[in-house]
Amino acid sequence: MKSEQQYIELFEQCRQMLSSHSCEVMDSLRDEAFTTFQRLGLPNRKVERYKYTDAQEAFAPNYGLNLNRLDIPVNPYDVFKCDVPNMSTLLYFIVNDAFHSKELPKYQPEEGVIITSLKDAATRYPELVMKYYGQIAKKAETPLSTTPEGQYVDGEFIPMHKNNEPDAITALNTMLTQDGLFIYLPKNTVQDKTIQVINILTSKVDLMVNRRVLMVLEEGAQAKVLFCDHAMDDVNFLTTQVVEVFAAKGSSLELYELEETHVKNKRFSNLYVQQHEESKVTLNSLTLHNGYTRNMTYVGLVGEQAEVNLYGGVIADKKQHVDNHTLVDHQVPKCISNELYKYVLDEEAVGAFAGRILVRQEAQQTESQETNANLCATKTAHMYTQPMLEIYADDVKCNHGATVGQLNEAALFYMRQRGISLEEAKLLLKFAFVGEVIDKVDLEPLRDRLHYLVEKRFRGELNKCTGCKLCK
Amino acid sequence: MLEIKDLHASINGKEILKGINLTIKDGEVHALMGQNGAGKSTLSNVLVGHPAYEVTQGSIIFNGKDLLALKPEERAHEGIFMSFQTPVEIPGVSMVNFMRAAVNAKRKYLGEEPLTAGEFLKIMREKRKIVELDNKLANRSVNEGFSGGEKKRNEIFQMAMLEPTFAILDETDSGLDVDALRIVADGFNKLRKENTSAMVITHYQRLLDYLKPDIVHVLLNGKIVKTGGPELALEIENRGFDWIKAEIEA
Ligand SMILES: Nc1ncnc2c1ncn2[C@@H]1O[C@H](COP(=O)(O)OP(=O)(O)O)[C@@H](O)[C@H]1O
Ligand SMILES: [Mg+2]
Repeated sequence: MKSEQQYIELFEQCRQMLSSHSCEVMDSLRDEAFTTFQRLGLPNRKVERYKYTDAQEAFAPNYGLNLNRLDIPVNPYDVFKCDVPNMSTLLYFIVNDAFHSKELPKYQPEEGVIITSLKDAATRYPELVMKYYGQIAKKAETPLSTTPEGQYVDGEFIPMHKNNEPDAITALNTMLTQDGLFIYLPKNTVQDKTIQVINILTSKVDLMVNRRVLMVLEEGAQAKVLFCDHAMDDVNFLTTQVVEVFAAKGSSLELYELEETHVKNKRFSNLYVQQHEESKVTLNSLTLHNGYTRNMTYVGLVGEQAEVNLYGGVIADKKQHVDNHTLVDHQVPKCISNELYKYVLDEEAVGAFAGRILVRQEAQQTESQETNANLCATKTAHMYTQPMLEIYADDVKCNHGATVGQLNEAALFYMRQRGISLEEAKLLLKFAFVGEVIDKVDLEPLRDRLHYLVEKRFRGELNKCTGCKLCK
Repeated sequence: MLEIKDLHASINGKEILKGINLTIKDGEVHALMGQNGAGKSTLSNVLVGHPAYEVTQGSIIFNGKDLLALKPEERAHEGIFMSFQTPVEIPGVSMVNFMRAAVNAKRKYLGEEPLTAGEFLKIMREKRKIVELDNKLANRSVNEGFSGGEKKRNEIFQMAMLEPTFAILDETDSGLDVDALRIVADGFNKLRKENTSAMVITHYQRLLDYLKPDIVHVLLNGKIVKTGGPELALEIENRGFDWIKAEIEA
């Protein structure tokens, strides 16, 4: 049996239950997603986009799901007394995939800002949510105007370009998701306090979680959002997550993601960003501790003079696996994209980075830069890196580069001559290497905290997730 | 202080040092001269334990200890410091963190408490003055974007921070203008104590004018071929090395 089969059966058997514990808006896309998922199946390594991460294998075990939405008794504040020193945030919890409405922040968001359960939002503001839900992901899958080749399968146009095919994990998430988070910022609202969302995985048995996030920033709105992922219990978790971000004209978003889970956690996160003119989005993701992770990021630059910065830091050892797959789609002129991903791999860790930059024919005067630098501290650690520049416009400035290296021997010896032990010298070099990504974090208290956490991580003090280390 | 006996060392299987004998007593400054490729840096690197060099024969005793049995960092803790001919740039590692790690590692080795941040910064400030190292440089990554002269000045600053008993200066004067040379040499002299010793590698008398070596050696093809007083350096300045080669062949 191929591993998609159990999800197909689950869907058929539980279709009713999925609906009755969800809402109309989320329901409206389920059947279409199911059709797509049935057609695609779960990707194995032969699928170009999943070359480095085998979803067939990851999804094969049998996980429990909480489709009945049983309440999980947890007081997140008991476990996660969150307090990044010198930073007060609007703090929300998502327990598995359910918005935890029992604990709401001490502070109110700015007037008009909505931060709530996706299900509730879709019930209270169906038109608003309907307008965006699933649409940003769908838009990412439209074929290239410059390569109209393709074929019809069962009446559906399948573009030649495989990368623009619907994503099987997104389809699976859309099929099964019942709740998540909705963030809405009305026009010209500046949400000054950082919105911090703590995703807690907790369960007594192996669990699959399908979380959904939708963020809408209307014209000129500004926000900073921090996601922290934690796994509390020592069981196997499998998470699919789809995050959709709509950034309207002139809006600005800083999105920070910190994964600090454990080796039994599998994470498949697909982030879709749609940026309109003069919007600015900065994503900074740090994989501090994990099990098996695949992060896909799609950014559609659809309005002129939009700017996106994608930064990522990965620290992995043991047999940890981290695959970052990015696609920046320059659809219109005069946009800017910057990418910097740095990995430090130790022991038998596997890292992968595939960074595709697509500059469509219309996208003249594009400026794009991509760097992926990696350190393999052992011979048994493996890094796969694949920058892909695909340019159909002629007036562009694009650069990309990838390196895989070892620790600098001359620097190590220099430090040892000054009395620093070999171990400590290695640590300083690794710390410095990832530090470049953390220095891109604008929020100073968060930056300081991340530097501190990275150091602890390298010292081997963060191997167990016993709570939000960002905070404790 | 230091006693080197019949030292043979090679790199990548090629023998570079072919039987070095050298004794440096407490408080002495020795100058080591010789043409490029003679093996001066090799000798320095062997003394500080560079892993690329293999010692095939001989012994080095430092203050009664078998130096060759110690790791590079332990040699540093025992009081050996080398000013690198080519200091290394370490992007992303700040001078402050680098020096704090070094100073506290030595304190730990000696059984002392680590310095507090405040104490440490105070010492940094004091020592910077000795070589007039700009605060801006002290706040950057190690040697990153430093000019050649600034790197050499930074070496002596680090020496000031670590207070070694035996310092090796490997062409610390190269790349320095007249003023910088004076500052670096004065800085070095300020750091000297009654019992501290040094081995100074240079091609030029102008550094030795400041440092006033007690003994001068000439290294040729992996061996010390001539030893004399300060006047030997002056003679080399005037006549080069050919006459020494001729003497040996004769
Ligand atoms: N990594 C190396 N591999 C092979 N030979 C080397 C290496 N490093 C230095 N040498 C050789 O060792 C000899 C001595 O070099 P060095 O000690 O740097 O001389 P000096 O400092 O006196 O100019 C030279 O012939 C040089 O080419
Ligand atoms: Mg040399």
